[in-house]
Amino acid sequence: MVLVYIDQADQQIKKSSLEAMSYGAALAKQLGCDVAALVLGTVQDNLAELGKSGAQKVYHLKNETLNSLDVKLHSTLIANAAKNVNATVVVFANNINGKAIAPAVSVKLEAGLVTGASSLPNTENGFVVTKTVFSGKAFASIQIETPIKVIAINQNSFGVVAYDTSATVEELNIPIPTASIKITKLEKVEGEIPLTEASLVVSGGRGLKGPENWGILLDLAKSLGAATACSRPVSDTDWRPHHEHVGQTGIQIAPNLYIAIGISGAIQHLAGVNRSKTIVVINKDPEAPFFKAADYGVVGDAFEVVPALTSAILKMKSTA
Amino acid sequence: MKILVCISKTPDTTAKIAFTEGNTKFDENGVQWIINPFDEWYALVKAIELKEKDPSAIIHLVTVGTADAEPIIRKALALGGDEAIRINSNSNDSFYVAKQIATIAKEGSYDIIFTGKETIDYNSASIGSMLSAILDLPLVSLANQLDLNGNTATVRREIEGGEETCEVNLPVVISCQKGMAEQRIPNMRGIMAARSKPLKVLEPIEASATTSIKKFDIPVAKSGVKLVDPANMDELVRLLKEEAKVI
Repeated sequence: MVLVYIDQADQQIKKSSLEAMSYGAALAKQLGCDVAALVLGTVQDNLAELGKSGAQKVYHLKNETLNSLDVKLHSTLIANAAKNVNATVVVFANNINGKAIAPAVSVKLEAGLVTGASSLPNTENGFVVTKTVFSGKAFASIQIETPIKVIAINQNSFGVVAYDTSATVEELNIPIPTASIKITKLEKVEGEIPLTEASLVVSGGRGLKGPENWGILLDLAKSLGAATACSRPVSDTDWRPHHEHVGQTGIQIAPNLYIAIGISGAIQHLAGVNRSKTIVVINKDPEAPFFKAADYGVVGDAFEVVPALTSAILKMKSTA
Repeated sequence: MKILVCISKTPDTTAKIAFTEGNTKFDENGVQWIINPFDEWYALVKAIELKEKDPSAIIHLVTVGTADAEPIIRKALALGGDEAIRINSNSNDSFYVAKQIATIAKEGSYDIIFTGKETIDYNSASIGSMLSAILDLPLVSLANQLDLNGNTATVRREIEGGEETCEVNLPVVISCQKGMAEQRIPNMRGIMAARSKPLKVLEPIEASATTSIKKFDIPVAKSGVKLVDPANMDELVRLLKEEAKVI
């Protein structure tokens, strides 16, 4: 059995979890076994709908205390569930929660772990999973040597597959151990799209000259429904919040579209974004190294190009 | 209070990534080695800040690596820390490495075990979480702020779409990221002092690796940038819609 951990933010199932579900379903088909989902906490989604992403069965442990991440608690419950259903592979989304929980689960199951997986394993001769290493500058093919395997699949690397089925939901009734941490304050970023989940991202660098100039970038992001990001110097000087810093020492993202404005494209920045499907670079310096990593480039003044691009997008959307 | 900081040796952020021996081994030729930035800038400096507030605190550094990791450990000791432990082994398997560090952690009964959020080479982000499971301790991941009040740590961490603050009793494992502390540069006094700080070398305990690297690949390079006239953004929108199909 392949067991897929479905995590949540704000009681909503995340897109990355649906990707993990479809990945798990494809893997189960490859291995010729069953696939089930495990949901912890209270979620507003209709769990039978997980069938549409590939689940045959959904195990649900409905308890409010499980809504926020407690690695000790979550990993214990997930490992126990995996043992109970004789899971041979446990799949996570390689997102904030999955990255934190999967290694602990692998220890509890004495399972080999691959985080940051980028495709389905090769099971012809052993069990070899490809993952991104060196911050996306290379791939490594990793053989898992243990009978049980734990895989965390990168976001935006395995698309959600539509299945025409509904899953059966089984409510689990098992006691919950005491929480190991206590949440005292929650600060949600209102109205913004989480960067790691975003399929479109607009990002700014020092070329924008100061935080007061971010309006043109925010307008562009709004016209596209994109999340916003920035380079390291921009977050280091507090022009933008730290959570927007993408790059080798910030967060790594892999959206469908990454638009870089006034970012020269230092190797450390590229490491955070080089898994993006399409990269657009807007920079007045034709020698900016970022152009070498771009699909489309505009050599020009951001203060003219960006508002013009926003207008062009709005025009396209109004006629579409 | 006793603090353990896990230190990993990684290639410099500008290092050329290439492989040898039929793409099965990282090419170390000409590579500059650094302390993994997340371990150095955030985990280690935070530990030093805690010791500055409470001089009775003891900081130990631990790394799993062969003798060529020693310059990195000395640099870490130059920043701060009382002594270092090197477990004489080289492994790319997170579980094996976590088992080695857990053995040190158990013997030292530390109050806080700090790791960086991930290493910039293998990006597994797994040592902290594995340690927490082996040692049966709570884990706070992606921490960007920490205050201590007696036996309780108040930690702010990143969550999907925001941040939250939580309270956790020591002992605890904490993985650190940006915001936790400010990068420091070792000063001459620190560098001199580091030379005489104890650096213990221990042989690894027996543990089996759960994974092995079969080969590496370099991603296919982009075919070349298509330049668009800055006066014609309608064309860029058309390309993104019709050619790239991303909007």
